[in-house]
Amino acid sequence: MMADQKEKINLTIDGIQVEAYEGEMVLEAARRAGIDIPTLCYHPAIGPIGSCRVCVVEIENGKGLPASCVTPVREGMVVHTNTEVVREARRTVVELILASHPQDCLQCERNGLCELQALAMRLGIRESKFRREKEHRECDTSSVALVRDPDKCILCGRCVNMCAEVQNVAALGFAYRGTDALVTPMFERGLADSKCVSCGQCAKICPVGAIHEKEEWQKVADLISDPDLHVVVQVAPAVRAAIGEEFGIPAGTPVTGKLAAALKRLGFDAVFDTQFTADLTIMEEGTELIERLKMKGPLPLITSCSPGWIRYAETFHPEFIPNLSSCKSPQQMMGAVIKTYYADKAGIDPDKIVSVSVMPCTAKKFECARPEMNSSGQRDVDIVLTTRELARMIKQAGIRFQDLPDETFDAPLGISTGAATIFGVTGGVMEAALRTVYEIVTKKPLAKIEFSKVRGMDGIKEASIDLGDRKVRVAVAHGLSNANKLLEHIKETGEHYDFIEVMACPGGCIMGGGQPRSLDPDIAVKRAAALYAEDRGMEMRKSHENPAVARLYEEFLKKPGSDIAHRLLHTTYESVDKAAAVSRKEAM
Amino acid sequence: MSPFIRAHILVCSGAGCVSSGCHEVYDSLMHALENEGILSEVKVIKTGCIGSCDLGPTVLIYPEGTFYQKVKPEDVREIVEEHIVKGRPVARLFPKQATGEVAENISSLNFFKKQVKVVLRNCGVIDPENIYEYVARDGYEALARVLTDMTPKDVIDTIKQAGLRGRGGAGFPTGLKWEFAQRVRSDEKYVVCNADEGDPGAFMDRSVLEGDPHSIIEAMTIAGYAIGASQGYVYVRAEYPLAVSRLTHAIKQAHEFGVLGENLFGSGFSFDLDIRVGAGAFVCGEETALLASMEGKRGMPRPRPPFPANEGLFRKPTLINNVETYANIAPIILKGPDWFRSIGTEKSPGTKVFALAGKINNTGLVEVPMGTTLREIVYEIGGGIPGGKAFKAAQTGGPSGGCIPESLLDISMEYDTLTKAGAMMGSGGLIIMDEDTCMVDIAKFFLQFTQDESCGKCVPCREGTKVMLDILTRITEGKGEPGDIETLESLGKTIKNTALCGLGQTAPNPVLSSIRYFRDEYEAHIHEKRCPGGVCKDLVRYEIDSEKCRGCSLCAKACPTQAIHPVACEAQVAEAAGGEGGHKPKRRAYEIDNSKCQKCGECMSVCRFDAVSRR
Repeated sequence: MMADQKEKINLTIDGIQVEAYEGEMVLEAARRAGIDIPTLCYHPAIGPIGSCRVCVVEIENGKGLPASCVTPVREGMVVHTNTEVVREARRTVVELILASHPQDCLQCERNGLCELQALAMRLGIRESKFRREKEHRECDTSSVALVRDPDKCILCGRCVNMCAEVQNVAALGFAYRGTDALVTPMFERGLADSKCVSCGQCAKICPVGAIHEKEEWQKVADLISDPDLHVVVQVAPAVRAAIGEEFGIPAGTPVTGKLAAALKRLGFDAVFDTQFTADLTIMEEGTELIERLKMKGPLPLITSCSPGWIRYAETFHPEFIPNLSSCKSPQQMMGAVIKTYYADKAGIDPDKIVSVSVMPCTAKKFECARPEMNSSGQRDVDIVLTTRELARMIKQAGIRFQDLPDETFDAPLGISTGAATIFGVTGGVMEAALRTVYEIVTKKPLAKIEFSKVRGMDGIKEASIDLGDRKVRVAVAHGLSNANKLLEHIKETGEHYDFIEVMACPGGCIMGGGQPRSLDPDIAVKRAAALYAEDRGMEMRKSHENPAVARLYEEFLKKPGSDIAHRLLHTTYESVDKAAAVSRKEAM
Repeated sequence: MSPFIRAHILVCSGAGCVSSGCHEVYDSLMHALENEGILSEVKVIKTGCIGSCDLGPTVLIYPEGTFYQKVKPEDVREIVEEHIVKGRPVARLFPKQATGEVAENISSLNFFKKQVKVVLRNCGVIDPENIYEYVARDGYEALARVLTDMTPKDVIDTIKQAGLRGRGGAGFPTGLKWEFAQRVRSDEKYVVCNADEGDPGAFMDRSVLEGDPHSIIEAMTIAGYAIGASQGYVYVRAEYPLAVSRLTHAIKQAHEFGVLGENLFGSGFSFDLDIRVGAGAFVCGEETALLASMEGKRGMPRPRPPFPANEGLFRKPTLINNVETYANIAPIILKGPDWFRSIGTEKSPGTKVFALAGKINNTGLVEVPMGTTLREIVYEIGGGIPGGKAFKAAQTGGPSGGCIPESLLDISMEYDTLTKAGAMMGSGGLIIMDEDTCMVDIAKFFLQFTQDESCGKCVPCREGTKVMLDILTRITEGKGEPGDIETLESLGKTIKNTALCGLGQTAPNPVLSSIRYFRDEYEAHIHEKRCPGGVCKDLVRYEIDSEKCRGCSLCAKACPTQAIHPVACEAQVAEAAGGEGGHKPKRRAYEIDNSKCQKCGECMSVCRFDAVSRR
């Protein structure tokens, strides 16, 4: 491990001898030693900020009370984390935050799951010594995916760091000074008018209720109650890797059976699995890759399942638009299939179908609202819920998720392979595609089904795969700053890749913006393990082995890449600047 | 050029004198000299700030050293005809000192007598736009010596031995800072000059940049050589356009003269300098915020470590010093550390420039040896308090500093004693307050400033100073409550302990130090609803003593809100009642309607009979 190569440092924290490493912060060293210093702006997914000052500690022979999250360990350091002056400072700091924070916790989206609430509770704050009026600012509801409530914002800066550093989008920044300070898109515009790609990482990392998904779950509950409507639901692979956490089930426990059961008990008329169309995606995208390899371009082919990534490419890298796979994402393919193939097969008027999807993602809300997503003649998908929203819905309905029996998804759109399961983790789409493309091209069975080189949490992964007559070079990037790095590298060096998988969220969909919030630094690894375990346990692990998909082609789509497949399952992209220029021209 | 120069006329062209019209004076002077036909015999020089800004525009004539104050263009002809041509100084333009004496010569001005000019050695003496004049005053000699005779280590050792401490406020040993930056290995390093002078009232950095820009170029080049940097940046606020233009000009000149650029003095060492103009946020004086601003980001501080010496501008090792610190470098190199240590005190060698302002007779820039007492500055250099009023306190270090009460007038003005007294050296702002000052109001004023300028990043500074300000505002409005002082103290202490950067860590100082020395004033506001300084409007009442009032109506005419009206006196009442008629009433007293009164005090200042009182 990296840490072992670094110099060891010995320090004393609360009388305990602690061994730490050069460059490590006091907070990290303390936590490893079992001392849980309270924090607020600190989050393991981003670099330390040091703005909230909740994690202050006393250091002997030091000045003031430094914030432990940004104070590097030093040899011989003597740290006290729980003295009277430290406790007093922490309480004061949190009381100061509360002084201008809205006192409407009962109506807040984060009630009960709020880090500020938990902190106030933990520090034993029983009175609000200070009170100051804050200038009211309107909620930003311009985005179809996200809502920002500046009144609730505590200016910790997590979202700003996440958006700029991790996602390389920088749609959010600070404006004004002192108590007027504000986190906002440029010129105080709405998120919809900013370069926001709707990835929702800001909403996932916000400690309070200042940014969250646009909630639609109550609407879904009402639609289910309408006997005239046929409400179907699809659920993405990553949801099953995380939703259990909302019900106290340890992270990393697959809960697919319980999830299917819960959806049925909620009253959906049909419960389908997005994994079905993940397999379908592999058939279409695999075909596209084989075609492009034959036609020599445009290469690299870049995956298109992640709508945050697509928006990012359209906004920041339009020069790569020709490289994007024309395949719709599995969610949108499912939407198109439900309102055509399924409606026909089940004899239901597509007008009466409400197509709901449950996604680990907030950008999926944006994707389903894109104007071109209507190839079925209707909106392909009507409503997208995040994993968190579904959990709320389950809780509201009084369903004890943790006690549910395992059930299965409905056939035929609920049948899937292990290749589809791993779509939820970075590298998974690539691995699924390789499993299929290898066997189709070489006409030989894979000796080893697992492609370990594209697995793991490294930001950019590369591999080379022998397809018999040629080798294909592939790369996987997750997190948009890694995607940016990879694309810039390609532009700079001209390095050749044949196939690239990009996921907007670091870790892939398991860490999507709509997933349960977690402060566990190992959460991505645990959720990934759940999906890989599920894949291993499946009978079918290659998309081209999915019999339901084969039947879909037989009965309806004819073959991968057919005209009808193209009409329903493929799409086009447009540079954001170009689109804006066109709409400006139209307005004139 | 004429072989004979009969006189040098120095026209101060610091920003203060520019605003009071020195350019017009200069033009008239040239015109008058031309009219007399002696333009070639007199050298007229536009200098940087001489320091005595309240006397501007000032004109100094050598060889005599005659000092003229508040010179207007229409005075110039007389100066030329009488003084220059006939040798008869124009006495009516001599400054009159607080002591009553008239000073006809700069050497007899008390304002200058105790000053020791190291930093300001060339300000008010040379033409800042003329590199020859800088060179004539030993300019660039230190650089030549450094590049030809000294190793980087020699340079750093010299600065260390001199004991120079950072003049930006905190007083960190400069030599150590250089050494840290020198030790870090990197392909690229930077030297930065912090000229983001934000302390309200302080303007020594501006003065140096305006009056002696080459001294900064020379020092930064020396620093570049010492730490191994080849690029420097001066970060200066956009509110200093004159400083920017003079420094720009000086950089160009230095390039032309080969003292900046490639292969300086044939040593192989190259150094270049650029200016970065900031938008003037107070927080950008904090070094990490300054660096962020220079990188084109929002000026917000970040936690240290890493210190800029390790990871600074564009993540490269960066040395940041303040303007005044740099201005000390060349003299230290030339005259040696022992000379420098002979000035000032053991722990704070050298001089310090103070910007003297407030209720004091002589305002402006003064440079004194460290360790000079506050009393000497206030009474000898500053000429005491106007109107014979009593000294109440001095605020040092501006909004980050604190107040020093009358009992500490003999305090030695140096880093550590000031910090111990709860104040701070800061950048050298020195605001004198007299008996009519309300210390609560002053604390509120400074806190308002820091609260406005807080970047909003960390909670203690953003929220804490606002809560403190709200409490102070309540107190000055007569709504103070028991316990307020204790809340201010504990909150102030927490903010100092927990804030992210220097701005927040020092923001409570004005409040804490005024509570320390003037707790009784806070108590009077809270418990008696009384403002002893007579400043807080909601706690002040003006009244007219009907016995003393002669009914002259001056106060009523002066009142901007028509709050003063005559009242019927007893005689009139009697008359109206039909009593002993016949004789006219002697007087009509006036009365203030306190519901309309704006507490401006105008009535009190116009009353000739001392009939208006403030309570």
